[in-house]
Amino acid sequence: MMKWLSPRSALGITLITVALLALPFVAAMGGQAWVRILNFAILYVFLALGLNIVVGFAGLLDLGYIAFYAVGAYTWALLASPHFGVHLPIWVILPIGAALACLAGVVLGSPTLKLRGDYLAIVTLGFGEIVRIFLNNLNAPFNVTNGPQGITLIDPVKFGDFSFSGTTQIFGVALSGPQKYYYLLVALAILIIIINLRLQHSRIGRAWQAIREDEIAAKAVGINTRDLKLLAFAMGASFGGIAGGIFSAMQGFVSPESFSLIESIMILAMVVLGGMGHIPGVILGAVLLSVLPEVLRYAVGPVQTAIFGKVLIDPESLRMLIFGLALVLVMRFKPAGLWPSPERKRELTEPAR
Amino acid sequence: MSASLLEARAVAKHFGGVTALRDVSLSIRHGEIYGLIGPNGAGKTTFFNCLTGLYVPDGGGFTFAGAPLLADAPHQAAERGIARTFQNIRLFANMTALENVMVGRHVRTRVGVLGAMLQTAATKAEEAAIRQRAIDLLHYVRIEDRADDLAKNLSYGDQRRLEIARALATEPKLLCLDEPAAGMNATETEELRDLIEGIRRDGTTILLIEHDVKLVMGLCDRVAVLDYGVLVIEDVPSVVQKDQRVIEAYLGA
Repeated sequence: MMKWLSPRSALGITLITVALLALPFVAAMGGQAWVRILNFAILYVFLALGLNIVVGFAGLLDLGYIAFYAVGAYTWALLASPHFGVHLPIWVILPIGAALACLAGVVLGSPTLKLRGDYLAIVTLGFGEIVRIFLNNLNAPFNVTNGPQGITLIDPVKFGDFSFSGTTQIFGVALSGPQKYYYLLVALAILIIIINLRLQHSRIGRAWQAIREDEIAAKAVGINTRDLKLLAFAMGASFGGIAGGIFSAMQGFVSPESFSLIESIMILAMVVLGGMGHIPGVILGAVLLSVLPEVLRYAVGPVQTAIFGKVLIDPESLRMLIFGLALVLVMRFKPAGLWPSPERKRELTEPAR
Repeated sequence: MSASLLEARAVAKHFGGVTALRDVSLSIRHGEIYGLIGPNGAGKTTFFNCLTGLYVPDGGGFTFAGAPLLADAPHQAAERGIARTFQNIRLFANMTALENVMVGRHVRTRVGVLGAMLQTAATKAEEAAIRQRAIDLLHYVRIEDRADDLAKNLSYGDQRRLEIARALATEPKLLCLDEPAAGMNATETEELRDLIEGIRRDGTTILLIEHDVKLVMGLCDRVAVLDYGVLVIEDVPSVVQKDQRVIEAYLGA
């Protein structure tokens, strides 16, 4: 911990803090839409770090992670909207959302964790779809989720009288809703980063790594692999649940289509592309993969007009094309991810003796 | 204390139509080095896997330190005090030697998720103790200078030693070594023999599977011979060596 106090680290932390504080104002120059894009990037950092516990630390391939996000989002939506006429405060809903997501994680995990690799991936993929389809159809016989129409008019995050929606004046500075959410998300993201780092370098984190390396040897030294895998699932799921709650409040609207398979795959891609199991890498992956498509969305049309005088290829298609190509290239030339942990890099580049 | 540490009662295991173990009964006394030998495919490793919970025996069972061992619970076997190494070394290849041994401390330490997240004083103290104990064990098996190297980059002999250090980290009452001398040259085997004798002197009972008959006969207090899943004899080395059935089993008469 002493190294935190070295002048160089102190300078680094100060610079990062200033940058993080100033970012929403810089983004706002391009319009509030950019602040929202920024917020989603942080939300994805949150999700990717949650999934990193499952995939990166414990080595369990989870293709249905978005289901836990959905559980958190719908928990918030149902407990803080006119849909049921319930309006609970954040410190009640968020823990409930996290707990329900955790429960969902355990329910999914306990029968399936004997499966390995591809098989586990298929089951989790199915689970993710089941949750989405449930949400889509749970409007009859009792209207719980309002089906495909989704739930609207969801309460924003509120601490007492301080609401995160609408513009407020703080110390003479006007803060828009998205800008306020930005600061909330950054605070939460820092919290989850600290939790991730501490877990990784603990007895639990080592046990997860051991399971990832060699499950039989892990059992032989007395690691209860089933419980520890469940723990990874439950923890990852809880973080997904919290992220879902914030998402719900920030959007004011949720519907099942936000929780499709492609979202699970995107989050997994962030973890893998950034550098599985390496926290800075995962953060980088999440920011890149969430911001880049948006940048392309704005850039692809105008660039084509400038070169060819007209839009030749539909921006949406070209965006995904470039995106896909970028992913393939990264995996070809940096198989351990853009910013892998030193160990993982050795693992994939040095042959075993 | 003359009672046995481990009691195997009529342990049986089949794989399809093949009988790997046929009602094997044996007992290991406190503080001895017990050798388990036999030709390839005699069922030695199967016996190990049944004992350490990786396989569920089809019949019979084990009593360890006075209480029955649960089948199909490898992590509980380690908790009760049975540690093992593997015939084809199974280290956590991409973790450092030190980390490998630290993982071995898992079963004797307690810090959970909450403790890890909050980094309480107790957590830090335990973590420091884990590290210190792991360093001590690396010294014990004399590979302390490789502490920060990845396990996969260690030489073959050092990997064997590391695996023993990791097993010792679980504070076993019974240490099961599955062919620890396989692939070792004469010098390495000699060093291994010193290590095993040292471990026994420090109070750990040892069950040894080995092909190197010279090593087994010189090292073990008692030896059991398995042939086609059947226990042929269980006695002191001098008697086993002269037994006609053992000679036949080895020479394939």
